[in-house]
Amino acid sequence: MMKDWKKIETPVTDSLIESLAAGDRLLLSGVVYAARDKAHERLCAMAARGEKLPFDPAGQLVYYMGPSPAPPGRVIGSAGPTTSSRMDPFTEGVLKMGVKGMIGKGRRDAATRALLQQYRAVYFASFGGAGAYLAKRIKESALIAFEDLGAEAIYRLGVEEFPIIVVNDMHGGDLYEDVLRKR
Amino acid sequence: MKTRTIQAYQISNAVVDLIYKASFSLPYAVEKRIDRMLKDEETDLARTTLKILRENNEIAAAEGLPLCQDCGMVIVFIEMGQAVLVEGSLTAAVNSGVEEAYRKFSLRRSIVADPLKRGNTGTNAPAFIHTDLVEGDGLSLTVYLKGGGSENMSALKMFRPTDSAEAIIDFIEETVVRAGPNPCPPLFLGVGIGGTADTAMLNAKKAVLREAGTRHPDPAYADLERRIEERLNGTGVGPLGFGGRSTAAWVYIKEAPTHIAMLPVALNLNCHSLRFGTVEL
Repeated sequence: MMKDWKKIETPVTDSLIESLAAGDRLLLSGVVYAARDKAHERLCAMAARGEKLPFDPAGQLVYYMGPSPAPPGRVIGSAGPTTSSRMDPFTEGVLKMGVKGMIGKGRRDAATRALLQQYRAVYFASFGGAGAYLAKRIKESALIAFEDLGAEAIYRLGVEEFPIIVVNDMHGGDLYEDVLRKR
Repeated sequence: MKTRTIQAYQISNAVVDLIYKASFSLPYAVEKRIDRMLKDEETDLARTTLKILRENNEIAAAEGLPLCQDCGMVIVFIEMGQAVLVEGSLTAAVNSGVEEAYRKFSLRRSIVADPLKRGNTGTNAPAFIHTDLVEGDGLSLTVYLKGGGSENMSALKMFRPTDSAEAIIDFIEETVVRAGPNPCPPLFLGVGIGGTADTAMLNAKKAVLREAGTRHPDPAYADLERRIEERLNGTGVGPLGFGGRSTAAWVYIKEAPTHIAMLPVALNLNCHSLRFGTVEL
């Protein structure tokens, strides 16, 4: 089903990011950092105050996700992407830190799309509502910051062949718009 | 009139059971829609997406992982016979069922107690309960789990009574295209037409509880459902907004009497994961 999908690893290189185009199908292995609304607010505030961040963001990808609790004996619960547009106000904050891409679902605003080009970064979508399927491709999970936020804390996830699609590449390509134009 | 007594714990137990079933498996008719849509899709990404959704449903049922990490807010519809007496608090019984289910089955708690202060209740309670009094001595309990991402794409428009059906279809298309990938299509789209603003919205919710694959009993509304579906499936949005024909998995209309000056139309966009179940007590 995914034989022709391109395999990539984190941290990502500038040349990889440059080579990606809207619509590309990728299988991601390595580490991603899960964070959503409140965690973004706190991360960006820490960065603005010049504080040390809970992880080294250089070349990393952020995954907009808040898992369901891990059932006994499991690494993580259901773990699909959440709606990305809620994190639009924090795009510049995380790109400034050195993050090279975000994984979520749904459209980004015009400001975010422009920032991706400016900071040479990429927005990926994963498979919304496929949380059980995606959980099986997450091999490790560690809570690394903001434990009080529960499902909204920051988790370091080790993923293996985690499926993602390039939605907004750094050259202005936009998969969600392309599919509407083709009708 | 002879009354029939139902104990509060029976309601709690039913709620636990319904939440369990809805969180880990989809109604058969809903699952079948994915197979049907696969037949319509030609592009590789649309087909792969539908296959992933199908595999997700299999994994959820087989391995006890919830269908989605957004385990939803619990919407409860109760149709209670006038001859039924609930011994104990109905509301407390529903909420204790919610609390037990979300704890016991490792479901994500997503409810905040206050919309501005945002503190999580930690239990996924309270449920959103709608009770209708009906004749008889039966009690029908429906649990409907809805995620925040799709609920955020809800829409309401108050049309002129003289507006055409075409204008309504245009509004629905605009709403669904604007929502695009956000509500996780293919959508189970509930359309509430008529009533007041609030009843139209409530009917849009209730509409999706009809069995997927069955049409409105009134041929005129059945035809309108078909026209809406055709229009939506020509937008190009497709599964998860990655492009394709399957933007609407099914369209359901629920109408109601209204005022001479009014024609409200409310939209309930449900993601591909239509999670609900009903039990008669």
